[in-house]
Amino acid sequence: MAVLTEEQSMLRDAARTWTREKSPVTAFRKMRDSGAPLGYDPAAFAEMAEMGWTGVIIPEEYGGSDFGYLSLGLILEETGRTLTASPMLATALAGASAIILGGTQAQKEAWLPKIASGELVATLAVDEGAHHRPNHVALTAATGGSGYTLSGTKTFVLEGMAAGLFVVSARTDGDVDDKYGVSLFLVPSDAKGVSRKGLKLADSRGAAIVTFDGVEVGSDALLGQASQGWDLLERTLDRARAGLCAEMLGSSVQAFETTLDYLKTRVQFGQVIGAFQALQHRAAKMFTDLELARSCVEAALSAIDNDSPEVPELVSLAKAKVGDTLHLVSNEMVQMHGGIGMTDAHDAGLYLKRARACEATFGGQAFHRDRYARLQGY
Amino acid sequence: MADFGGDDIDTFRAEARDWLSANFPASLKGKGAMMFAEGAGSGGGDFRAWTKAMGEKGWGTPTWPKAYGGGGLSTAQARALQQEMTAIGAFSPIGGMGVMMFGPTLLEYGDETQKQHHIPLIARAEVRWCQGFSEPGAGSDLASLQTKCEDKGDHWLVNGQKIWTSGAQWADWCFCLVRTDTTKKHEGISFLLIDMKTPGVETRPIRLISGNSPFCETFFTDVKVPKENLVGPLGGGWTIAKRLLQHERGGLAGGGAAGRGNLFTGPISDLAKAYVGTDAAGRIDDPDLRSRVTQHEIEARAFQLTAIRSMSEAKSNSGPSTATSIMKNAGAKVAQDRHELTLEILGNQGLGWEGGAFKAEELAAVRGWLGGKAYTIYGGSAEIQNNIISKRILDLPDPLASTNR
Repeated sequence: MAVLTEEQSMLRDAARTWTREKSPVTAFRKMRDSGAPLGYDPAAFAEMAEMGWTGVIIPEEYGGSDFGYLSLGLILEETGRTLTASPMLATALAGASAIILGGTQAQKEAWLPKIASGELVATLAVDEGAHHRPNHVALTAATGGSGYTLSGTKTFVLEGMAAGLFVVSARTDGDVDDKYGVSLFLVPSDAKGVSRKGLKLADSRGAAIVTFDGVEVGSDALLGQASQGWDLLERTLDRARAGLCAEMLGSSVQAFETTLDYLKTRVQFGQVIGAFQALQHRAAKMFTDLELARSCVEAALSAIDNDSPEVPELVSLAKAKVGDTLHLVSNEMVQMHGGIGMTDAHDAGLYLKRARACEATFGGQAFHRDRYARLQGY
Repeated sequence: MADFGGDDIDTFRAEARDWLSANFPASLKGKGAMMFAEGAGSGGGDFRAWTKAMGEKGWGTPTWPKAYGGGGLSTAQARALQQEMTAIGAFSPIGGMGVMMFGPTLLEYGDETQKQHHIPLIARAEVRWCQGFSEPGAGSDLASLQTKCEDKGDHWLVNGQKIWTSGAQWADWCFCLVRTDTTKKHEGISFLLIDMKTPGVETRPIRLISGNSPFCETFFTDVKVPKENLVGPLGGGWTIAKRLLQHERGGLAGGGAAGRGNLFTGPISDLAKAYVGTDAAGRIDDPDLRSRVTQHEIEARAFQLTAIRSMSEAKSNSGPSTATSIMKNAGAKVAQDRHELTLEILGNQGLGWEGGAFKAEELAAVRGWLGGKAYTIYGGSAEIQNNIISKRILDLPDPLASTNR
């Protein structure tokens, strides 16, 4: 754990207390079993917003607390521990980041206070295929009249059914994989021509396919410069990835601790199975990876707060390392629990399913290893 | 001579810079790794002069008390000194087991006479120490050691054999674990200092797979040791040994990640680009190798970030961070992976044993790769480290509870 300020310690303690008391894994299970249409419990999210969590990275003048990304990471680590389902990642982290980084005064005034208060869910609409490939943008934004007309489809849009605002990557110039020619637009979900279809995912969380069928927006919907949106998109994605890493770290730590408890209580051959060296050394390996992953995640979040030029490489480092760690721990959670880990009644399956969704979101380990290498010049 | 005891880091940094530029021989610039590569010689006149200067200054042991010949620096000053040395390609010529392991332990457990006598000699690199811990029958299960130490009234009488005694053939003194009581396992062990020139001490170098002989077998036959050479209480050696091994593991983890003996000090990706080539996009021209190089670089970076984190946590919490427990294994893994990748990248040039067909760096890579296999064996094997994490950090039951601690 990084060395925290007093404010950060209080924030983490509050998040720890709330998630354990109000949003344990049983709450997630209840939400899933109820078939909640949005993939989260709006009442719980309202409580989170009430505590100020949706405004942690938003400047004070727009209704936030401006505590920074490491602070938001502390909250996301705790929500990750209990698999708390909420639009925090989509709106308070990703959506807010895009507008903070690229928004005009008017755009910030229009959207950030609503994100900070929790009344609006904003989200990124970036991916178009089976894999995260942010430079692959086929959705077009044609100029015409006083603005643009958007046509195309985005998939795996986080909280796509709940969102009131989409931050959409669109092509205004160049070929389909070019970095040049990418522009970002702020598109309200009630704009004419926007339609969406909820995805039923293994992790029971909310995501959607969103279609933009000749959606007309004014030029004030453009976020940043036309055709020069790639850098803004990358910077936004890096912030979203870093926060997601914190959530993944929390899920990994909890999956490990639950498993460790089981090793200390499950008796076979007249002794607790945690006395077997074969399992002890696998537990030690997981603990080692968790410590290494934590260092990477905290370094990435701190780098964002310090506006360091190393943000891209540290974020890819963190996503690759914590992705591998969560992958390992979620598999071992099932294996070490044995038969009970295969049952729906046990939490192991919930962590396993969420793990793979988090790994894939905003680029898996292979994506980020490749990006890390490219950023290092090889 | 200026007093460096003040709190002003910038002032200290400036004075350190001046002193280094006046005293560090230009001929040694950037030669640190070369000087300490496995099997390297002891260096020439400039190296000796540099050692003498650093020793008199106390800066080879910068944080040790001035009263015992150390530098008396704060950790912040010592860090600044290290940074200034790195910046000009300088290195500390004073190292070895005395500095890394024995000195800090004696400062903690030794009596005043022992500290006054031994510590200044270590700080000036005038005495070399070796470690007499392992025995043929006591490796990972170190506490089963049998070297017998009998109380003969006016002296101790030592009989037995040690193994893996690093540098015993060159050492002046040995810090040794001996058995003073055969009825108790751990409480029967004492910590004894033995002068290697004492009659009855014999060393035999062991030739390793790397071709070098950094370790010895050491035999003690009716060796008489003065009573005042016992450190700590009779039967209290195990506690001291555990503390000393923490220093050893800390040192191994810190220095281990780069891989000692590897003279290719830059990023492994640069080496891969040079030996394997690049494709049109500038990527290493072997996707499988590139992927594994990347994986290694990620692990190395994660290790480095963890070292930084555990230091800053230890400083603010005034106690060791839990991250510390993983450092030895994680560092050893990173270092061994680097050796293996280096060899693979060198291809046929990574198979040379000696001779003019190979560059010095290529030959050193081969020896370093072989020597590196020891990283997961010495100082508590990888398996023992995992046992320690399981037991002390994860609080899992000790499967050897009846025989071990």
